[in-house]
Amino acid sequence: MHTLSLKELSAGLAAKKFSSRELTQHYLARIAERDGALNSFVTVTPEIALAQADAADARLAQGDGAPLTGIPLAQKDIFCTEGVRTACGSKMLDKFISPYDATIVRKLHAEAGMVMLGKLNMDEFAMGSSNETSWYGPVKNPWDLGRVPGGSSGGSVACVAAGLAPIATATDTGGSIRQPAAFTNLTGIKPTYGRVSRFGMIAFASSLDQAGVVARSTEDAALVLQAMSGFDPLDSTSIERPVDDLVAGLGASIKGLKIGLPKEYFAEGMSPGVRACVEAAIAQFKALGAEVREISLPNAPLSVPTYYVVAPAEASSNLARFDGVRYGHRSAEARTLEELYKKSRGEGFGAEVQRRIMIGTYVLSHGYYDAYYLQAQKVRKLIYEDFKRAYETVDVILAPTTTDVAFKFGDKSDDPVAMYLNDIYTIAANLAGIPAMSLPCGFSEGLPVGFQLMGNYFDEGRLLQVAHQYQLATDFHRATPKGF
Amino acid sequence: MSLTPEQVQQVAHLARLELQPDKVSAYAQQLSNILAMVDQLTAAKTEGVTPMAHPLGLTQRLRPDVVTETNRRETYQAHAPAVEDGLFLVPKVIE
Repeated sequence: MHTLSLKELSAGLAAKKFSSRELTQHYLARIAERDGALNSFVTVTPEIALAQADAADARLAQGDGAPLTGIPLAQKDIFCTEGVRTACGSKMLDKFISPYDATIVRKLHAEAGMVMLGKLNMDEFAMGSSNETSWYGPVKNPWDLGRVPGGSSGGSVACVAAGLAPIATATDTGGSIRQPAAFTNLTGIKPTYGRVSRFGMIAFASSLDQAGVVARSTEDAALVLQAMSGFDPLDSTSIERPVDDLVAGLGASIKGLKIGLPKEYFAEGMSPGVRACVEAAIAQFKALGAEVREISLPNAPLSVPTYYVVAPAEASSNLARFDGVRYGHRSAEARTLEELYKKSRGEGFGAEVQRRIMIGTYVLSHGYYDAYYLQAQKVRKLIYEDFKRAYETVDVILAPTTTDVAFKFGDKSDDPVAMYLNDIYTIAANLAGIPAMSLPCGFSEGLPVGFQLMGNYFDEGRLLQVAHQYQLATDFHRATPKGF
Repeated sequence: MSLTPEQVQQVAHLARLELQPDKVSAYAQQLSNILAMVDQLTAAKTEGVTPMAHPLGLTQRLRPDVVTETNRRETYQAHAPAVEDGLFLVPKVIE
């Protein structure tokens, strides 16, 4: 059952080939047997899963099901789940039981009728590109247990790649959906900023954070993204605009589609293996009738420095809420209020989170604000204008997702700047707020390679159509890791 | 731009973070490296560019000024480290 697509699972449930309870038990058994090797789940929720499965079976029996009713899903542990620990990869929230549900949790489970298998491991507060910053220990890449799964959505990709969940939610602030999807042969999409509600999604950098999904195919991703998307009055940056039908248009031909290749992304830095796979994907698109042309995003090389001002600045403000008073870790050693703040935060946050809080505090401090923060916001505008200009001449932009395949544990964990440069191709989409996805395009040294498609604002439907047409012509996305 | 261990301690104080003393010099080195990478921004030509705070340039929505929240104090205080009579407790502030 764990090799079936969501459409096949939905058909199987409708035809009563299996019940949601049987399907859920199958996945829970796989998690119990196999997740020890991966560490992708922080919390498994079998009681909730089986109760939701029974409710889904009752709904299906009454003919009251939605397309996703009864299909299991695992939630990144950044989304608040009422009555279930929501730890966000941090000691700070190790004992935090959320008193409410995130909007996407409500939409996917209460409304769409999906079944929650549990909560997934991640880099602490989504700050990391390898899952090595999690308080709960690193997640292993199912393609090679000695390598990272990418981050921050490492648990999300590992569990889906290994068939421990049919699909999982994820979030992307600078590449945290796309880079891990590329490292594990999955399809991951980050929609337009504001398309999916951030209510109940623990904030890292509020002007960049966006929720999405990681899946085994574009079609699976489209089905769940459809159910997650839409206006939410509880999120002040949510966009009041109807959601397109993301599934209906998947089958349309891409003949005549104009694809832009930003020369800055193809200049240097890519490994030969990644380059070969991405070039093969470009040739495939030409064979499908797309027109490919070179474009320029001249400010793209400034994405990483811009991001490492904007994101830490927002993070230092957002994480000020963790004060040891209202919720979260509280130091047992404090004698004064100032000590309570300092010791609780010193003990509760890991090294990468502390580094980003300090960078953010520094760039926002008196005397440095203009030189760093204001300048970064101006460069962000230039990056945005580059994309605006590009979409006047092309429909989508194609680029590599990562410079290389998944790296080994410890390779970059002592050098923050080397780790940050890992997101060199993905960050610009977050700064501009455009939708972007990664999908499989081959293997190098036996490890998966992904490429990226970036779309214009609210053009998720077209991105998914282009990706689906590619996946109809190729079968890289069907490969699964040995042993799972 | 590079930071000395003393500057790191000052930033940590502003951020209300207690650092382990043996970690301070490593932090100083790492934060200096990050700031050196960020310094590429100074070369960008940005005269006359309006800073961008939000990808879609939206302004905040307003909602009618009516009460929408119910009182869930007990639920929200259930996971607080220390509460008494509906109040959050902290170490003594006034001697």
